[in-house]
Amino acid sequence: MEANTRSTGRLPAAFLTPGSSSFMDFLSEHQPEILPGNRQLPPTQGVIEAPHGTTIVAVTFPGGVVLAGDRRATMGNVIAQRDIEKVFPADEYSAVGIAGTAGLAVEMVKLFQLELEHFEKVEGAQLSLEGKANRLSTMIRSNLGMAMQGLAVVPLFAGYDVDRGRGRIFSYDVTGGRSEEQNYAATGSGSIFARGAMKKLFREDLSEAEATTLVVQALYDAADDDSATGGPDVARRIYPIITVITDDGFRRLTETEASEIARSILERRLEQPDGPRAALL
Amino acid sequence: MSTPFYVSPQQAMADRAEYARKGIARGRSLVVLQFADGIVFVGENPSRALHKFSEIYDRIGFAAAGKYNEYENLRIGGVRYADLRGYTYDRDDVTARGLANVYAQTLGTIFSSAAEKPYEVELVVAEVGETPEGDQIYRLPHDGSIVDEHGSVAVGGNAEQISSYLDQRHQEGMTLAEALKLAVQALSRDTNGSEREIPAERLEVAVLDRTRPQKRKFKRISGGQLSRLLEAGAAGGDAEGASEDAE
Repeated sequence: MEANTRSTGRLPAAFLTPGSSSFMDFLSEHQPEILPGNRQLPPTQGVIEAPHGTTIVAVTFPGGVVLAGDRRATMGNVIAQRDIEKVFPADEYSAVGIAGTAGLAVEMVKLFQLELEHFEKVEGAQLSLEGKANRLSTMIRSNLGMAMQGLAVVPLFAGYDVDRGRGRIFSYDVTGGRSEEQNYAATGSGSIFARGAMKKLFREDLSEAEATTLVVQALYDAADDDSATGGPDVARRIYPIITVITDDGFRRLTETEASEIARSILERRLEQPDGPRAALL
Repeated sequence: MSTPFYVSPQQAMADRAEYARKGIARGRSLVVLQFADGIVFVGENPSRALHKFSEIYDRIGFAAAGKYNEYENLRIGGVRYADLRGYTYDRDDVTARGLANVYAQTLGTIFSSAAEKPYEVELVVAEVGETPEGDQIYRLPHDGSIVDEHGSVAVGGNAEQISSYLDQRHQEGMTLAEALKLAVQALSRDTNGSEREIPAERLEVAVLDRTRPQKRKFKRISGGQLSRLLEAGAAGGDAEGASEDAE
């Protein structure tokens, strides 16, 4: 496992061989055993119990995109963790949120971040947003073996497309199938409820502040109907993770900002438990 | 049939060192110096795309003089080493000292192996610390030795002369504009002592800035930002404002 010292302390030949700008390609030639997709799983009976992350939502607004996630991880009917982080920056202009088996997903994000950073350092230029989205596809596909055993990872990828000047959202299925989503998207067990909420609340001309409020409303509705999704936990001061990606790059809202949004929504929900209502016609 | 000439080991090594030094001297020199908020890399480079300086990891930068294909190869090897180490252990376990050791071993093995031609490169590996005292700068000549440097360092053909010029004038706690001005002055001096002008578009400048909020502290400085800094350095007065621009 030692990264550098094979007998002489000199960089091994593989390090100095001209080749691809991809870190995963380098690993698969040099040390394939540490790539997550190459692990051999023993045959198992039934589904392996591991903490699961639940709901991730994303919404675009003119000038950027918002990606947010709740904080709950569950294992069966038990809450495994109340303050898990499921939304991560992928690089300066993109972020990834993960639902599914938490351990594998976090590892996949770590490798994905490294893959983008490695390319950027070697090539001296960033991958296109499309290129990043495709790279994530490949990684999910390499996890298919484990997904078949119940250890699926289903991310939501959002970023600011510098070339096109707008925010974009990509969703994935367990086989690595990738599709671009218009306006809003959600993944994870609470996603059906979140998607319904976003469908009713989304408008083309949202401001950044309105978009961040919208995603928390959607997460609240997901938590309302899905037991695996956690709502804002005011007593423990655990609020959703909200990230905004614009021309200025990636920004995660501070705890104070997130708590302000969550608290104002909670206050309104005391009067209207089902949240804002859309017009009938 | 003629018998091969006997060449003493001393002579063989001296010849190889001479060969490497001549190769390095063909390229232009570059300088790396500490300033209040980090470490700045300055060199003359007419190319916009073929860089002499680059990011290796979060706090670690790389500079090289000499043959491009050889140092590019070492640079990518270093990026792979750092990324693999950070992935296997932790991001904090990637250090300039570790990287400098690996480079030194690599250059040393190549230099003393009769089967390979020595690399015509001289490298600098620098890591910016939380405070100026934590900054580390290592110079790696072609033969695989390591020199632990403080304050300022120059590599390349004209390095000795530039180094002594920098040693006399470099001070702790300089602003970025002051450090940049000093670096450009040092690079502008020819071997015969006369000065020439290096226009801003021929300068390659990068910094490791400890005040950057991001985890990755390496940043290139070019275009408008570079000319503002050069002006501020030349004016001498408004250097403080210029270093704020750089953030």
